[in-house]
Formats: sequence, structure tokens, C-alpha cells
Amino acid sequence: MIEGISIYEILTLTTILFFVGVYGFLTRKNLISILISIEMILNASVVNFVVINKYLYPDMLQGVLFSIFIIAVAAAETALAVAIIINLYRQISSVEVKDTEVMKY
Amino acid sequence: MDISYIILVPFIPLAVFILLGLFNQKIKPAVSGYIGVLGLLVSSSLSFYAAYQYFFVSGKMDGVYQTFIEKAVWMKFTETLQIDMGILVDPISVMMLVVVSVVSLMVHIYSRGYMKGDDGYTRFFSFLSLFTFSMYGLVLATNLFQIYIFWELVGVSSFLLIGYYYTKPSAVAAAKKAFIVTRFADFGFLVGILIVGFTTGTFDFETLNAVSPEGGSLLLNWASTSFMGLSVITWALILIFMGGAGKSAMLPFHIWLPDAMEGPTPVSALIHAATMVVAGVFLVARLFPMFYFVEDGFALNIVAYVGAISSLFAAIIAITQNDIKRVLAFSTMSQLGYMMLALGVSGYEGHEGLGYMASMFHLFTHAMFKALLFLGAGSVIHAVHSNYLKDMGGLRKYMPITNITFLIASLAIAGVPPFAGFWSKDEILVAAFENNILIYCSSVFVAGLTAFYMFRIYFGIFWSKEKAYDHAPKESPLSMTFPLLFLALLSIVVGFIPFSEFVTSDKIGFEAHLNYPLAAIATTVGLIGIVLAWAFYKKENSLSDKYANAFGALYRWAYDKFYFDEIYLFITKNIIFKWISAPFAKFDRKYVDGTMVGIGNKTVWTSEKIKGLQSGRVQDYAFSFIAGAVVLALVFIYLWTN
Repeated sequence: MIEGISIYEILTLTTILFFVGVYGFLTRKNLISILISIEMILNASVVNFVVINKYLYPDMLQGVLFSIFIIAVAAAETALAVAIIINLYRQISSVEVKDTEVMKY
Repeated sequence: MDISYIILVPFIPLAVFILLGLFNQKIKPAVSGYIGVLGLLVSSSLSFYAAYQYFFVSGKMDGVYQTFIEKAVWMKFTETLQIDMGILVDPISVMMLVVVSVVSLMVHIYSRGYMKGDDGYTRFFSFLSLFTFSMYGLVLATNLFQIYIFWELVGVSSFLLIGYYYTKPSAVAAAKKAFIVTRFADFGFLVGILIVGFTTGTFDFETLNAVSPEGGSLLLNWASTSFMGLSVITWALILIFMGGAGKSAMLPFHIWLPDAMEGPTPVSALIHAATMVVAGVFLVARLFPMFYFVEDGFALNIVAYVGAISSLFAAIIAITQNDIKRVLAFSTMSQLGYMMLALGVSGYEGHEGLGYMASMFHLFTHAMFKALLFLGAGSVIHAVHSNYLKDMGGLRKYMPITNITFLIASLAIAGVPPFAGFWSKDEILVAAFENNILIYCSSVFVAGLTAFYMFRIYFGIFWSKEKAYDHAPKESPLSMTFPLLFLALLSIVVGFIPFSEFVTSDKIGFEAHLNYPLAAIATTVGLIGIVLAWAFYKKENSLSDKYANAFGALYRWAYDKFYFDEIYLFITKNIIFKWISAPFAKFDRKYVDGTMVGIGNKTVWTSEKIKGLQSGRVQDYAFSFIAGAVVLALVFIYLWTN
């Protein structure tokens, strides 16, 4: 609970963060940028968890615990994604999305 | 009487067939011949023992030969309608067992010599065993369906054996022709069986042939349903007879028999002369009470006329043919016509049933001398390597045993006393005389023709002018002459069997007497035929050509078999194929196939069009996903807020 800031303001912030992430995911050409966008989406939801927990159920801990889970999973996912991107770079010397379309059809 | 051992009779040849068929390449030809002969020897011994036991040990009970049946349910459709598998032992099946055994055994022995050195030696013996198995099964069948199964098996083995030289196009064509023609006729048989099953609720011969104590068939209760003026049972019998006519080469289904001579000669002797082709006669005999009692024997009259016409028709063609096996084939058809007409004019009880007995008697004797004729012809063909009369002549010096045995067989078929054919043919003529004078006259004429064409080829082969042979023909080996001698002996003696005491329609038996005036007429006609043949063909002369020219068109027609093959070809090619099959095929290709192909093509086309959606870019998919989610969210918000 932060004095002077209501839940709506924080939720508006996380919503903006979420959609910025979505926009970035859809429009970025670089795989690293896409990865960063995904992180933004995840972080938006993490903040949501914490805020809702704090503001609505102050005597519980599930939301906080979930946020820690999500951070851990996001870290693992990022490690995996970076590994894939590095491998891809070794194969085709590029991390551009348009160069990875060879598997279509 | 315990009949369970009879079940071994068909199963031994089946075992031999499986053994030789499976280990075709592994068994040496010499061994496979022995296995075949040995297996059949056991079967034959059992058959002879069964015949002995049936007629002499078990004998009559209350003056009637009993019918023994042993069967197991095979398929049960309803409470009453079921198909059994089993064996039925009565006078005609026992007689057929003997016929099949004797001829098949002789043919097996003969084949060991005739087929020597042939590539498919083992295959040949396995097929022979298959045929023998099927034929035994056919004669022992207890119901219509069982007989139908074996009927088709017999057809298959006939097909396999006609097409034995499968590298020869003519043999392949003949095999197909035989199979298709008989199969077409069997279609009628099947429909007949189904009608019988539907209207009477049973397939069993025992029930179908049951005769009520007052005389008359128990079937009459069922015979009332009528169709186009005839009861359905009569229709069924006519259709069943169609199947019989197909197998027995009656008009108009005879066209396969002459072509079937493409098979090896022992096969012709066994299948297309002595055993398989009499299956049609046997079938009518098997259902005789039904044929006789249903609607006063309307179907039986058809049998009589078809038999008489076929017999005359075939005899006329036989005179003009030059291939000796074809002459014998037409002669077979003619004699089968005899058997059919004898059944057709027969009554049921006591002496009335003379025709039935005569038919079975003729079947019996004919099997012996016709097998002998074919085996003799095979011996000749083996020696001169040709089927044609023009390549033969003066062979009596080279092949004394074949000459004598062939002569005996010819005398037997010509009806000269005391050979076998005389006795049976005489009974047939008496039966015809007592019932239908028109058929009698035609039969007597056929008897003369028979004598003439048989002695035409006899003189043509063994007398006439000696031809220039590549190497001097020599008498066949013992394995071939032994069956000839044995069958010749049988052809002389079997006529003296008092057949009427054993095999009759009512199973009681009667004493048959020789009808001297009729016998004298038939014998005279036969002798006239022989003398004419002697005058025409003993020495090579132009007499025969002169008479052939005198008959002109008739001779030509007969020589071309009255154009039956051409008529069939015309009907199938120009009418059925052109006007029925071709439009159907077109419809099938264009519309049925077209629809299916069209559906496939449309699917391919659509996929081609929409495959761009599958871009391979994750972002595109994510965009669709998010757009969808947003749209759904908006929809739900809209719904909830209203």
C-alpha cells in the first residue's frame, strides 16, 4: 500500500506496460527486442499480482509468491530464448525475424 | 452302418493337395507322383469298401436302401434355416464315389507317364488332388449350399487345370472362358438356391426330397406361391438346372467344353469327360424327387428337351471336327445330353423310374469308356505330337495296345453288345420310347451319329494312310497303358452289373429286362454308322469330301459349330459391351470418379489459395491471436454491459 496512489493508477500503469509489450512483440524485427517485449508483458503481470495482493488482500501472500514464481520462470525462459537466439545466430549469422522464415509451409 | 470313415475319402486328397501345393518346389517330381497316386489309392480303397458295405453288408432295410447322414451345423440363420456340413450316403453318392475313384486313380497313374519331364509336374498333381477332393465333397454334400461350395471348387480346379500351360495364350483364354461361362450359369444356380431357401426354409436334400407316403412330394405345401404362371419352386428348379447345364455343357452353355481341351489330356479325361461334367446330371438326379413332383415335372420336361437337343446338336458337330480331342469333347456333350434326357423322361416309382436308373447307369459306364477314349487319345497325341486327324494314320502297327483299347471304347460308346455302352444306352432308349417318341427318334439318330463319328476318328487314327512321321511313333510306357487296359476291361464288364437293383429313384430297385426290338434297332443303327465310317475312312479316299460337299452349307455350319461362339462374341462385344458396359463405364469414369477427383482437386486448389496464411512468422500468428482476443473481449464486454 503506497500512500496517495490508488490501485487504479497502478493498474493503468501496468496495462500501459502490457500493451507496450504487446506492441513491441508484434512490431520489432529483432529477436532480442521481441524477447525484451515479452519480458515487459511478464513484468506487467507480475506488478499486477503484487498490487492486487497488496491492495485487496493485504493479509495474504499468494500474489507475492506467484510473482516470485513468475520471475523465476521468466528467467529460465529468457535463458532458453537467448540460447536459441545464439544458436540461430551461429547458423545464419542474423537475429532478424525475417531471416527465420525458412520453415514456413 | 457307420459312415464316419467316409469323411476321410475327400480329406485325403485335400491333404495331398496341401502337401504338394505348399512344398511344390521342394518335392522331387518322382516323389510327388507317388504321393498323389498313393493318397488316391487310399481314398479309392475306402470308397470301394464303402460301396461294398453300403450295398452288400448294410443292404436294404424294409426293401429300401437307407440314406445315411452325418452332419454338423455350420451356419445357423434362423431356427429352421441353417447350413450344415456333412456327408450324405445314398445309392447315387456311393456310385459317384466309385466312379470318381476309378477314373481319378487311373488318371493319376496315367499322368505319371504322360506328364513325365513337365516343369509343373508337382503342381499338376496338387491340382488333380484338389479336383478330386472337390468332386468327392460334391457327391457327398448334404444340402444345396454345401454342394454349391464344392461345385465352385470343382470349377476352380477345372480352371486351374485347363490353364495349366499358362504360357500358352489359347490355354489361358480357354480357362477364362470355361470359368466365366460356368460362373454365369452358376449365378442361376445360386439364385435358385436362395429361392428354395426362402420359400421352403431349408437347404437339406433330405427335407427337399421327402416323399409323402401317398406319393407326391411334401414340398407341395410350399409350391403354391406363383410367379408368371409357374410356382416359384419350379422357377428355382429351372435356375438350378441352369447351373447344372453350365457344368454339364448343355445348350446354350456348351461353348466352354471344346475349348477346355487346351488342358493336358489326362485332365480332359478326368474332368471334362468322366467326372466334373456329370456334376450337372448328378445335381438333377440329387434333386430328382423335387424335379419330378413339383408341378408335375414341368422343370423336368425342360431338362429332357435341353438334353435331347444338346445331344443331337453335339453329335452333328462332332462329325465335322478334325481335332480328335474336340470330337471327343462334343461326344461327351452328346452323351451328357443322353443322361439329361433320360432323367427328363423318367418317372419315380418302380419300373417307371427306368430313365433315372438308365441315366445313372449311363453316367457310370460313360465315365469308364470316355475316360478310356481320352486317355487313348492322349496316348496317340503323346506319340505323334499333334491333335489333328490329318497328322495321324496307320498307327495300329506302332501302338497295338492303344489301338485295341481305343477300339473297345469306341465299340462301347457306339452301343455294340456286349460292351458297356450298349446296356446303358439301351435302357435310355427304352425309357425315352416309353415316354416321349420324339425324343426317342432323335436319340436313335444320335446313336447312329455317335457310332459314325467315333469310328471316323478310330479309322482315321489307326487305319487310313500312314503319314510321314518325324520319328516312328512308339507305344506308350506301362504307366500309360496300364490304365488303358484296366479301363478297357471295365468298359467290357460294367455293362453286366444289374444296375437297376442298386440305383433307382425310389431306392427300392426293380429288375430291368432287355427290350429286344428296341435294342436291335439301336444296335443296327450303330452298326450302320460303323459301316459307313468304315467305307469312308478305312482307306484314304475322296468319298468323305464328296459327301461333305454334298451337304454344303450344313457341313460348313456344323464345322463352325453352328456359329455359337460367334453369336456369343457378337452379343457380348457388340451389344453388351457396346451398349451396356461402355455407357456404364463412361458414367463411372465421368461422374462417379469425376465427383471424387473433383472434391480432391477443389481441396488442393483451396489449400493452395490459403497457404499464404501460414507465413512462418510468429508475429503474424501472435497478431491474429491478440486481435481475436481483443475482439472476443469487446464482444463479452458488450454482452455483459447490456
